[in-house]
Amino acid sequence: MAITAIKGKTALTGNSAIAYGMKQINPDVCAAYPITPSTQIAEEFSSYVADGAVQTEYVTVESEHSAMSACIGASAAGARVMTATSSQGLALMWEMLYVASGMRLPIVMTNVNRALSAPINIHCDHSDSMGARDAGWIQLYSETVQEGYDNLFQAMRIAEDLRVRIPAMVCFDGFITSHAIENIELLSDEEVQGFVGEFKAVNPLLDVERPVTYGALSLQDTYMEFKYQQSQAISRAKEVVIEVGKEFGKRFGREYGLFETYKLDDADVAVVILNSAAGTTKVAIDELRGKGIKAGLLRPRLYRPFPAVELSNALKHVKAIACLDRADSMSGFGGPLFNDIRSAMYELEARPKIISRIYGLGGRDYKVRDAIAVFDELENVKKTGVVDELMKYITI
Amino acid sequence: MESALEVRWHGRAQQGVVTAAKLLGEVCVASGRFVQAFPEFGPERMGAPVRAYNRIAMEPIRLHCQVLEPRYVLIADPTLIQIAGVTDGTPKDAVFIVNTAKGAGEMRKELNVKSAEAKVCVIDASKISLETIGRLMPNTPLLGALAKATNVISVDALIENFKENYSKKFSEKVVNGNVEAIRRGYDEVRWE
Repeated sequence: MAITAIKGKTALTGNSAIAYGMKQINPDVCAAYPITPSTQIAEEFSSYVADGAVQTEYVTVESEHSAMSACIGASAAGARVMTATSSQGLALMWEMLYVASGMRLPIVMTNVNRALSAPINIHCDHSDSMGARDAGWIQLYSETVQEGYDNLFQAMRIAEDLRVRIPAMVCFDGFITSHAIENIELLSDEEVQGFVGEFKAVNPLLDVERPVTYGALSLQDTYMEFKYQQSQAISRAKEVVIEVGKEFGKRFGREYGLFETYKLDDADVAVVILNSAAGTTKVAIDELRGKGIKAGLLRPRLYRPFPAVELSNALKHVKAIACLDRADSMSGFGGPLFNDIRSAMYELEARPKIISRIYGLGGRDYKVRDAIAVFDELENVKKTGVVDELMKYITI
Repeated sequence: MESALEVRWHGRAQQGVVTAAKLLGEVCVASGRFVQAFPEFGPERMGAPVRAYNRIAMEPIRLHCQVLEPRYVLIADPTLIQIAGVTDGTPKDAVFIVNTAKGAGEMRKELNVKSAEAKVCVIDASKISLETIGRLMPNTPLLGALAKATNVISVDALIENFKENYSKKFSEKVVNGNVEAIRRGYDEVRWE
């Protein structure tokens, strides 16, 4: 869509906002294979390339596996690299996701969340990025178009930080955010460039004066040390996320943290939920607060690395918690968010009751009344101290 | 529930209802409001029933679910009336704007709208679009009709937005045709 406003308030879809943000960053290389519902990111960004609005080398590839492979090659060569995908696309990248993170390449990728086949479905859930949660990528989740756009720039700073050097994924909801026009405040190109800074290649392959190798064979004697360093680096990302979120706030007035809370301070019952459904949950909380129910919300923004201590501290006073997952681990033991949150709370002396609720798979609508029904269940758990069903599908 | 004004568009793929929702959103943003404009995609094929939605509010909109109780319903294709659940969830004071050559009274019966507070408006948007744009594109006359039938937007804001945002994308002829279509939608919409 046509963007007329350079700075100030306008309205864009999530995909248009990301494409525009990528144009403002002007990366050296973009290799992408368009897939629903992230298609417009590649489509609109390739228009910017064709129009000469950016200097990016746009590599058209024949699959997502090749897209990520090209991103890896370009990043190792010493380029600033971005891409975007969804669902089956991310799944096809699987092998290469681990190569990117193992080589410590600060690639920034937008993943527009979509369900995985089978059965085939193009709509939103988080099965794609949840499956990639152990691939060694930083994952930031976004509630709105504005946050997706803001996260893109922050992801670049976090990924490229010398204390981190880990690829980063910005996630938001397919169709619900990617195809919805919402108000957005855009930054100017100068503000974006000032924030992300000039790209400095670290150990580039193309530096012939100082030859290096990437992805060499590493066996029993060294492999574990590589993984140890990678583990340390992604753990350090947490502090960098906080720093960068604060700086973003200072510069542009929108501060971001590890997570967002809503009416959580005095809450007896709380929902933990990612992305756009958090907004709908906040509306439900306002309704319940009007009836005297102390309901609250925690929406993780940084999911990988997992800020376990901070999350546990923020939730420790709550009596009953429901973790709402838009993905199922198919373990028979709740969704991925549930398992992480519940594990994080284990160290507490007095642990809240925590239940797992799976919602909204394949784009199934999650309404205010669905959120209220979860809070009703939590009120009951709070009163009786008894959890009838630890894990349950809702919106079914 | 949040006090957003909610709009539902019914049409068939290629009739421009997704674009209509987008245009309405743009105009509302330009007048300082918060908006959402989003389609409900099903199978993507020409002629399939399509819905699009708007939420418009003075405050940031947090709801990210479907619009279930729209006060304003615009129907770009009257053949959808019997099949697409066009009156579903509408309140007593709903406003329906239908692309049809029929009269408002007859359309009220077809829609089976019983509430006296509800307003049923008719506009021959297909005819207007053929005469102004040269092809069947009932979306812009419907927007003009919406401006007249409600106080959601002004017709001037609609026209100004179209000229400003689409003059680069479309030829002068197409822009002028759409502007004329908006104006005629505004002038020719009828209700009783």
